[in-house]
Amino acid sequence: MPSLGADMQEGTVIEWSVKPGDPVKRGDIIGVIRTEKADIEVEVWEDGVIDQLIAKPGDTLPVGAVLAVIGGERQPAEKPPTPAEKPTERAERIKISPLARRTAQELGVDLAHVQGTGPQGAITKDDVERAAPAPAPAAAPAVVTAAPAFEGMRRAIAAAMARSNREIPHYYLETRIDMDRALRFLASENQKRPVQERLLDVVLLIKAVALALKEIPELNAYWIEDRLEVKESIHIGFAISLRRGGLFVPAIHDADKKTLSGMMEAIRDLITRARAGRLRGSEITDGTVTITNLGDLGVETVHGVIYPPQVALIGFGRIVESPWAENGMLGIRPVLTATLAGDHRATDGHRGAQFLTALHRWLQEPEKL
Amino acid sequence: MTEAAIKDVVLKLLRRFAPEANLEKLSPDANLREALDIDSFDFLNFLIAIHENLKIEIPESDYDQVATLAGISQYLAKRLA
Repeated sequence: MPSLGADMQEGTVIEWSVKPGDPVKRGDIIGVIRTEKADIEVEVWEDGVIDQLIAKPGDTLPVGAVLAVIGGERQPAEKPPTPAEKPTERAERIKISPLARRTAQELGVDLAHVQGTGPQGAITKDDVERAAPAPAPAAAPAVVTAAPAFEGMRRAIAAAMARSNREIPHYYLETRIDMDRALRFLASENQKRPVQERLLDVVLLIKAVALALKEIPELNAYWIEDRLEVKESIHIGFAISLRRGGLFVPAIHDADKKTLSGMMEAIRDLITRARAGRLRGSEITDGTVTITNLGDLGVETVHGVIYPPQVALIGFGRIVESPWAENGMLGIRPVLTATLAGDHRATDGHRGAQFLTALHRWLQEPEKL
Repeated sequence: MTEAAIKDVVLKLLRRFAPEANLEKLSPDANLREALDIDSFDFLNFLIAIHENLKIEIPESDYDQVATLAGISQYLAKRLA
């Protein structure tokens, strides 16, 4: 049972999408587990063959419990299936969209009995809805499960944030950033793009944070057992709020290496899956630093709480038109307040200030992002 | 397409993003994003849905004209005329 957060203690196996004998490779999704916060897809971390599925769907197990055994060698699974094996083919990996899987859970539909009509036989949301028991009121099961899931998420957030406030000596720095150049660049980019490919301003902010972190790597790190572990890869945890309350902070992997279009694509994918309750385990645990953007809600300054074992959180407020003096001239500019919450065990205000300076600089040169 | 019919399409699409909202009570002059708690990501998705349904692409420079239900209905009616 993987640990998908500092305060996760147990999880429940919802389903397996593989069976013994199936070859798997690193990154494959092999099943789904339910945590207090959400249903999370389980990935494998090495190539091999599923030797044994020890946990059964419905089993609730503590973090660290063995769910399955993956053997190191590929079995001769390529042999053509015998006629006797064919009835079990449906037990093999089911091709299904995250939305359809979610719908199946809500409607209580057994996917083994659903015929997929999507690409390569994938099961679509329509297939699931067609297979749902006819008179069943679709909303009813969701209502029954929504409250406990939300309470679980609240508990998980409460535990993580209480631990952060208890253990991490936070320091806060903030800076005001003239966003005129960045927004002009964004408007010019978006004018060239169809609506489906437009960029949001947060894309520039995330990329600028990632590049600034390359200059101040101590902020892209974990504090574990009284020592700082600087992380080479920059995986930015991006806080995503849910309409029913609560939030997820999945990671945008290798944010410093993404193009702006690639970043927008990653954000779109993460937000869509987070809100559908279909994030992967690695996305929940891999964040090396966190960004909270509350600009949409009209907040001007964000003083965030660091998510342990990370050592920094960057907060963004709303971009507001403000008086701005430059070269002896007073004008009106779109101004963003960026805040750094730093772990004082890991860094000092001096390095934190250098980070905000670098962030400011990158946002003045948006064409380099 | 009449302005009333356009308004119906807009409301149907908004329901995707704010399923719990009582859209019948939405004031025509209320700011859509604030009244329905629609973030910038969902607002962009709403504009994509408008484009898919009505074949109208709303440029960023016109965002201030489509901030309310009345505003977007009138804007789309003009563009579709």
